[in-house]
Amino acid sequence: MAKGNFRRYDLHESQQNCSLENIDFCDSSTVPFLNERYSRRDFIKGVIASGIAIAGIPYMASGQVRPTSSLGSVERLVSLNVNGQVRRVDVLPNETLVMTLRYKLGLTGTKLGCDRGECGACTVLIDDVDHYACSTLTHRVRNREVTTVEGLENSEGELHPVQSAFVRELAPQCGFCTPGQVMSAVALLKKNSNPTREEVRIALSGNLCRCGAYDHYLNGVMSAAQEINRG
Amino acid sequence: MAKIIGRDFIPSDIHSKVTGRAKYAEDIRMDGMLFCRLLKSPIPHARVKSLDYSEALSMEGVVSVLTADEVSQTPGPSDNILTNEPHFVGEPILAVAAVSEKIAQDAIDRIKIELVPLPFCLDPLESLRPEGPNARVDGNTIVRGEGVKEIKWKEEDFLEVAGELPMGEPGVEWSYGELERGFEDASLILDESFVTASNAHHSMEPRSAMAFWQNGKCHIYGSTQSQAIVVPGLARYIGIEPEDLVYISQYCGGGFGSKGGAYPLMAIPALLSKKTSRPVLMRISRAEEYFLGSARIGFQGRIKLGFRDDGRITAVDLYIVQENGPNTGFGDMGSAADAVSLVYTPMAMRYRGISILTNTPPRGAQRGPGQNQIAAAVEPLIDKAAKRLGIDGVKIRRLNAPDSRSLYGGSRNPVTSAHLREALDKGAKKFGWNEKKSESGSRKGSKVIGVGVGQAFHSAGSSGFDGLVRISTDGKLHIHTGVGNLGTYSYAATSRVAAEILGYRWENCEIVRGDSSKHLPWNNGQFGSNTSFTMTRTNYVAAMDALQKLKELASISLGGSWEDYDIENETVVNKGDSNLSMSYGDLAVKAIEIGGRYSGKELASDDLNEMTIRAVEGLAGTGLIGVARDNLDRTGTVPALAAGFIKIELDIETGAIRILDYLGVADCGTVLHPQGLAAQVKSGAIMGFGMACTERHFYDSQWGIPGGVGFYQAKPPSYLDVPLELGWDAVDIPDPQNPVGAKGIGEPLMGCATSALLCAISDALGGHYFNRTPVVPDMIVNAAAGQEQSHSPLQVNTQ
Repeated sequence: MAKGNFRRYDLHESQQNCSLENIDFCDSSTVPFLNERYSRRDFIKGVIASGIAIAGIPYMASGQVRPTSSLGSVERLVSLNVNGQVRRVDVLPNETLVMTLRYKLGLTGTKLGCDRGECGACTVLIDDVDHYACSTLTHRVRNREVTTVEGLENSEGELHPVQSAFVRELAPQCGFCTPGQVMSAVALLKKNSNPTREEVRIALSGNLCRCGAYDHYLNGVMSAAQEINRG
Repeated sequence: MAKIIGRDFIPSDIHSKVTGRAKYAEDIRMDGMLFCRLLKSPIPHARVKSLDYSEALSMEGVVSVLTADEVSQTPGPSDNILTNEPHFVGEPILAVAAVSEKIAQDAIDRIKIELVPLPFCLDPLESLRPEGPNARVDGNTIVRGEGVKEIKWKEEDFLEVAGELPMGEPGVEWSYGELERGFEDASLILDESFVTASNAHHSMEPRSAMAFWQNGKCHIYGSTQSQAIVVPGLARYIGIEPEDLVYISQYCGGGFGSKGGAYPLMAIPALLSKKTSRPVLMRISRAEEYFLGSARIGFQGRIKLGFRDDGRITAVDLYIVQENGPNTGFGDMGSAADAVSLVYTPMAMRYRGISILTNTPPRGAQRGPGQNQIAAAVEPLIDKAAKRLGIDGVKIRRLNAPDSRSLYGGSRNPVTSAHLREALDKGAKKFGWNEKKSESGSRKGSKVIGVGVGQAFHSAGSSGFDGLVRISTDGKLHIHTGVGNLGTYSYAATSRVAAEILGYRWENCEIVRGDSSKHLPWNNGQFGSNTSFTMTRTNYVAAMDALQKLKELASISLGGSWEDYDIENETVVNKGDSNLSMSYGDLAVKAIEIGGRYSGKELASDDLNEMTIRAVEGLAGTGLIGVARDNLDRTGTVPALAAGFIKIELDIETGAIRILDYLGVADCGTVLHPQGLAAQVKSGAIMGFGMACTERHFYDSQWGIPGGVGFYQAKPPSYLDVPLELGWDAVDIPDPQNPVGAKGIGEPLMGCATSALLCAISDALGGHYFNRTPVVPDMIVNAAAGQEQSHSPLQVNTQ
């Protein structure tokens, strides 16, 4: 799901097989209409796009997908372009991008803060657009370019202007939301290299920071924009 | 002095935070690693009647199951590792380890469990009624030294005026001064009941943990604010000696009190790893965080305040009923009372409190535990009194503010230094209080301007911990710190004291931290705003020990007495003859050569903690060791004080609040790290805004099911909820009981913002006081329209 500014409604019904919780009654069921409207449909679209028959959904929902390939099922061994490298990886049909990055490709810079599209800690770029990796099926990013926080430094190991500005401005506190904040900021500056502080705030509003370091992150993005424009 | 202290620097861990290289507990991978999932209670209080996990265990990929019978049972109301009598929704009953997380969860789903539901309690006042429910089978409160007891109030205790807190038999009580006389002398008395809601910590990193065993030692990667202080408690949960635990917590993705020390959950992957001989990762979900992740204690309280004509507070009578969760909980109510005694310096005061157990998430410290709730409750009442007496809000606070001679709490302890008045003055001037105040109540369409000031306090410093530094033969200074890394960079700012004392360039210093196998000293945890005070002292005493040893070694090598030597550019130089000099590196070589206390082969003092002794043993013979216990004088409570100033625009038709301007001013002694302090003043305020207006736990009253188990339900502030820029300042007056003048500050920076915002809302509404947190939009709309609120005055679990 592409990231919007309506993070509070970007709810998924525990689409990630592994944290489907048998007792979280209130977890998603208190907002069934939201699930119907946004997540289930989006999710089904994703599954169709990845080549799975709709009949496969009950299996996923009940967590019964077997790690074997069967006739008519999606090709599980896929090529992913992550940080400029093409990597072959075995991907379950219902696997989210954040799980592939973190558990298959060892890219743990992308954090899992909520696993349901609320916090933005898992933000990555897909073809330069910021997305929540917890709410994106890995099969949907075949033939797309995925960029994670690990892919921002240049070949000399120099930090991206957003990263160095965050260091300068002492933007991160606990640091857990930082990769997501970095990625949202990078995505913004790719399409608008001279944003106002208000535009930065809106662009980053899908990234929660419980430490409350918003002010310093905004300082960082403004400073990075200046640096980019100076060339 | 002060070439380093008070200056900005780049903390060594920030680079890995922006590159994603920082490893948090869930980022650790090992070959053969298993995943664990938890079977949790679906109801608020129950006893497990039967548990059949045979089908789960027989599933392909399931490796092991851990039950409550296999773990050490903590006595009485302590937090459990696993339990057969869950006391809250989401309490872990059993854990499964499997080759994948999905299989572990599938296995959980196949466990047959029969629960006998037991009575549960969600509202402390209900539990205090004669026939009210108890959260635990053996009672509804904890009496110190006696454990869980039952206290019920009499029916007639509840017959008082509707809407006011009934006040039956308290659990604790203290007083000082002549209370009755204080109220007799008052020309204005307010008697108000209030409610402050419980709320979640919302740490961005769930409390995941990864464990494995190697050579008889248990290694745990955990998520804690603290490092050294976690070790003894966690070892106890696992059932091993502290020296057999390797605890690694280099980064902590937010704790806010909820990850201050060891918590029992971390023992689950450790015990499963022991059972399976494989590494085990326990990933905690966001929803689980709302069950297991601790929460702030809620208050139902009543305060009677006596004021003289000039605004001086003559007497305070405070009663707090504390919603403690089902377990040990925390001492918020007592801290709240202590805070009142200092922030308002009442001439006489009585405090009574009772902590009532409820079947809601286990409570723990949350940033300003007690102090911030009471700031939220009392500060608007100070405004109410000021309005009635015709006194300015800053002026009435100045009049009652503490100074360094003020006394603290029921025990009337001295304080080390207090400059709240200076913070108010500095803030009022910088904020432009008088000008902004003149706009208060001005209206444009449905939008009204409100202006407020708030104050908060937290005790912010301890002593008696150890410092440890090492100078290696290449001349580098290694500052070993066991304090932890909760994200404020105070671990680094306080380490810089050692560099300052030894005249080091910061580039030639390295902080050693985050892993108990790296020989870390016994340090306090990163909680209670104590780090800045406590750790500057430990690093100071260790550096002083190293300094003395450097001079002694120079005199041994070059002749004369140690007093003939001074330091300059990381070299020890003879005061009379600058040709007689030795570099720190060469002196480290000398230390190794001579050995004894110089290289840590022997210890000069016998007052060091065992953990520090083991750390020195591990480092012995590798350089010059500076090590000492902080025995510096400390004769009082260390007050962190803060004042917040705010201007808002309140829409009386929608209840929406826009914060137009905010300034926080800290009394934290000497400023160690300006940029770090700026970040804390501003970000603490943001957490405070959430407490004031959005965050709360709530439960379904029929089934006891929590309703706030997602960010969107429990509502921590986002970018869009806070102003584009916030302001900060500091009093910057050194504390006399700290070698560099520093005090802590983290917690009141939140409470002063919470209370300032609540005061501004009441101001915008022309003096309507809600006596409740959070103040949500429908409450504002009701108040503006002159309608009744949808909740009764003392109701808890409101939307």
